[in-house]
Amino acid sequence: MNIYNKGPVFLGIVIFLALALFPFYNNFGKTNKKPDPKTDTPEIIEYEKLNGKKECVEPKAFMRGEHMVLLNDWRDGVVRDAYRGYISKANGKRFNMSIQNGCMKCHSSKKKFCDECHNYLAVKPFCWDCHIQPKEKEEAKS
Amino acid sequence: MAKLPKPEELSKIDLTPPKTDWMDTPVVFKEGMFCHGSKPKSLEIVDFPNPREWRPADADWKLPENWKEILLEGIADRLKKYRSFRLFMDICVRCGACADKCHFFIGTGDPKNMPVLRAELIRSVYRKEFTTAGRIFGKMAGARELTVDVLKEWWYYFYQCTECRRCSVFCPYGIDQAEITMIGRELLNLLGLNIEWIAGPVSNCYMKGNHLGLEPHTIIGNLEYMLDDIETVTGKRIKPTFNRKGAEILFVTPSGDLFADPGTYTAMGYLMLFEELGLDYTWSTYASEGGNFGFFTSNEMAKRLNSKIYAEAKRLGVKWILGGECGHMWRVLSQYMDTWNGPADFLEVPKSPITGTVFENAKSMKMVHVAEFTADLIKNNKLKLDPKRNDHLKVTWHDSCNVARGMGMLEEPRYVLKNVVNNFYEMPEDTIREKTFCCGSGTGLNASEDMDLRMKGGYPRANAVKFVAEHHGVNMLANVCAIDRATLKALMEYWVPSVGVCGLHELVANAMIMTGEKERTTDLRGEPLPSVQAKEEKA
Amino acid sequence: MKALVSLIAVLLLALIAYAGASVPGMRLLFGVVIPYAAFIIFVVGMVVRILKWASSPVPFRIPTTTGQQKSLPWIKHSIIESPSNGLGVIARMALEVLFFRSLFRNLKTQVGDGKQVTYGEAKWLWAAGLAFHWSFLFILVRHMRFFIEQVPAAIIMIEGLDSFLQIGAPLFYMTDAVILASVTYLFIRRIGIPQVKYISLIADYFPLFLILGIAVSGVWMRYFTKTDIVSVKILAMGLISFNPSVPETIGVMFFVHLFLLSVLFVYFPLSKLVHMAGVFMSPTRNLANNSRMKRHVNPWNYPVHVHTYEQYENDFREKMKGAGLPVEKE
Repeated sequence: MNIYNKGPVFLGIVIFLALALFPFYNNFGKTNKKPDPKTDTPEIIEYEKLNGKKECVEPKAFMRGEHMVLLNDWRDGVVRDAYRGYISKANGKRFNMSIQNGCMKCHSSKKKFCDECHNYLAVKPFCWDCHIQPKEKEEAKS
Repeated sequence: MAKLPKPEELSKIDLTPPKTDWMDTPVVFKEGMFCHGSKPKSLEIVDFPNPREWRPADADWKLPENWKEILLEGIADRLKKYRSFRLFMDICVRCGACADKCHFFIGTGDPKNMPVLRAELIRSVYRKEFTTAGRIFGKMAGARELTVDVLKEWWYYFYQCTECRRCSVFCPYGIDQAEITMIGRELLNLLGLNIEWIAGPVSNCYMKGNHLGLEPHTIIGNLEYMLDDIETVTGKRIKPTFNRKGAEILFVTPSGDLFADPGTYTAMGYLMLFEELGLDYTWSTYASEGGNFGFFTSNEMAKRLNSKIYAEAKRLGVKWILGGECGHMWRVLSQYMDTWNGPADFLEVPKSPITGTVFENAKSMKMVHVAEFTADLIKNNKLKLDPKRNDHLKVTWHDSCNVARGMGMLEEPRYVLKNVVNNFYEMPEDTIREKTFCCGSGTGLNASEDMDLRMKGGYPRANAVKFVAEHHGVNMLANVCAIDRATLKALMEYWVPSVGVCGLHELVANAMIMTGEKERTTDLRGEPLPSVQAKEEKA
Repeated sequence: MKALVSLIAVLLLALIAYAGASVPGMRLLFGVVIPYAAFIIFVVGMVVRILKWASSPVPFRIPTTTGQQKSLPWIKHSIIESPSNGLGVIARMALEVLFFRSLFRNLKTQVGDGKQVTYGEAKWLWAAGLAFHWSFLFILVRHMRFFIEQVPAAIIMIEGLDSFLQIGAPLFYMTDAVILASVTYLFIRRIGIPQVKYISLIADYFPLFLILGIAVSGVWMRYFTKTDIVSVKILAMGLISFNPSVPETIGVMFFVHLFLLSVLFVYFPLSKLVHMAGVFMSPTRNLANNSRMKRHVNPWNYPVHVHTYEQYENDFREKMKGAGLPVEKE
């Protein structure tokens, strides 16, 4: 097959391939680390000791997909209606609707929990636009 | 022509497509919408295949037995030769932007005159025969079998396209129906299916040097009549030369201008202009055709006819070539000639002997458009002009399709026009320049048996002229195209009878004061000049 | 009717993916095998298509001039609409590819009452086309976060732009709304404008519905039944590092999304969608209007039979002499 206008044609093909195959060569030779959000903070271990199990406000699968919706609802409830009580659909327990005094009490390391997945997927939650970002504790124990 | 409906009837157009799918709507040959089939003699002269007596309206077209094979091979061959064809078969998304841009669609409402559908006529067969999806999914993928009915549909609609390229201006991928029609017509010519109005002029041009078949002595005779008329108007006798070796410039113009008015007035304009300049130029009887009906036949035929221009320039030993006013002639010259028959290295880069201007834009093909040439003269004050002599005219400008969209010459003729007339009005902006409308009779469709088609196809152009005629009292439609001059006349008579048609250089010659001329009392048409009229009215 | 066939076809495809991915053993097929195959077909198919076009030469220099040629120096030359050199062509092509210059010219012709043909503004097709293509590009670029481990700042920025309204959680992407609206418009005009409906083929409706299906399934996963996007990225990264695994936690809707996308990949090089590459190769747009200045060479130009001057003179010698014309041979 004789190709005419080789220069521009091959340049075009190279650009196309460079774009289409970018993910492949960009990742070549890299070892990909999977995110590993840690649920082994002293607070959670303490909770597990007391209650015999780890549990969040709702089951893990639900929290994985819907936590941002839940937090958004919480914010609206607290800020707009001054409503702070959340009754878990899973176990009927009442939780204080607060990120700093709720979530972060157990998940006390943002870095080891929140950031693991958020960074992996380049998600930039705007929690800390308003809330003061919790200080990471010294990593002395590990 | 007697059967032509009244304009009021013809302008009632319904653009709504029919209920049945286009593939299931068989072609109906309507009287007045197509031309006579090519005569065997016209094809034999240029060695075209399958010459025979046939009539488009007949059921039996006397096709060769292997017609389908010939066509499919023809398509395969052209797919290999033309990237445009291959690409345009593949990339149309049928967005419909071109649909209502075609003058034939606007004028007829026939959906197969939408450029996209005209292309689909051939694209559907391409899909069937040349694509995997078409072979497997058939009609689901928009593919269909090539049958005699499909072939007839091709013929009917490829001779309802004037290759004006207006659709291609609006297409997001630049798909050019002209390109597809050209290839469609080439394919039809493989089976001897031309129209006589093209095949006749082609054979004439091949043998005699021009479409009209004017023999050498007739050309001179026709020019003599014009010279007589010029003498009557100006008192000056002009003696042009023919086939003269050693002239500086070879002048080539469409033969239509030598034959019938208003083209003849334009030719008189050239004669007077060149005389006034004292230009060292010659006409040729061998290369006595600027136009090229071969271009409406096949690439090869176009090249065969075009070859005479360079050949004659070489034989006569001229320095460069000057070209007259014509539309498709300039599409061919500007985009094809140098490629076909060049390099014209025996010529020099065109340089106006009057102003010294070097036409760098034509430095390879070495041919200058007379409007470029005259614009340069006027810019350099080389002509004495009295535009008042054209004061009886209110002029509008028709951009010829090929010059506008195949060359880009928009401003030169306007500049000339504005210097030779005082009353100039543009038509609505969506109907001029790159968006100009075809006269409706280009690409060899200017016969008399297809007058319905011509009046319908010319309707958008005529309608825009009517607009300026009504709003500004425009009474003259000027242009740089010989086919326009021949066809717009009929179009105006039908749609806007108050408007006449003229070439640019008729107006130039009217306004130009020649040295030693007598006081003019009439224009080139023998009509009294406005100053004379005013005097008469006073008296 | 054609629209309905296309819609049903896309729904069937979605159903196949939905049902298929619900069977545990099939997840490898829908998550790995089909996407790989589809992507290979897309890339190879596009390259083959381009080479096929390129194997036909451009015999003539045939730009459609939409502006003033370069001629006399005092006449304003339209550098972009009638480019005289490569730079102008690049500008013209850039306007064409990035902003759909030609489509911007679109007009609506109306024959009206038979007295006046009018040409109205018709920018909706241009606007919707542009909105569709640009939002598609944005969405594609945004998705790169699934294919790059350390997501680059540029992609984060684009995502930030797309979601800068900060509506809801997860943040609402404007392009999601734009692509749904523009594809819907493109469909509605296809059935709503009689002429466009008339010219439309199944091949015109099918990709619209297919893309709509991809967009809807994507939107569904983001805003309604969330899928576990961490697992999705693990799958994506596995695919591009040739070490694929399909995490259990990926929802079925994701496989619908991925399967429809795979179908699009396969369909792309076999259909009109090749206009993506073809637009760059269109000889009426990508050539300079300089054929009078610079000779364009046709590689298959061949000698033809011509009627020479000598033959002509032989035919007419006596007549020429009679008319006083010079002849070569007495």
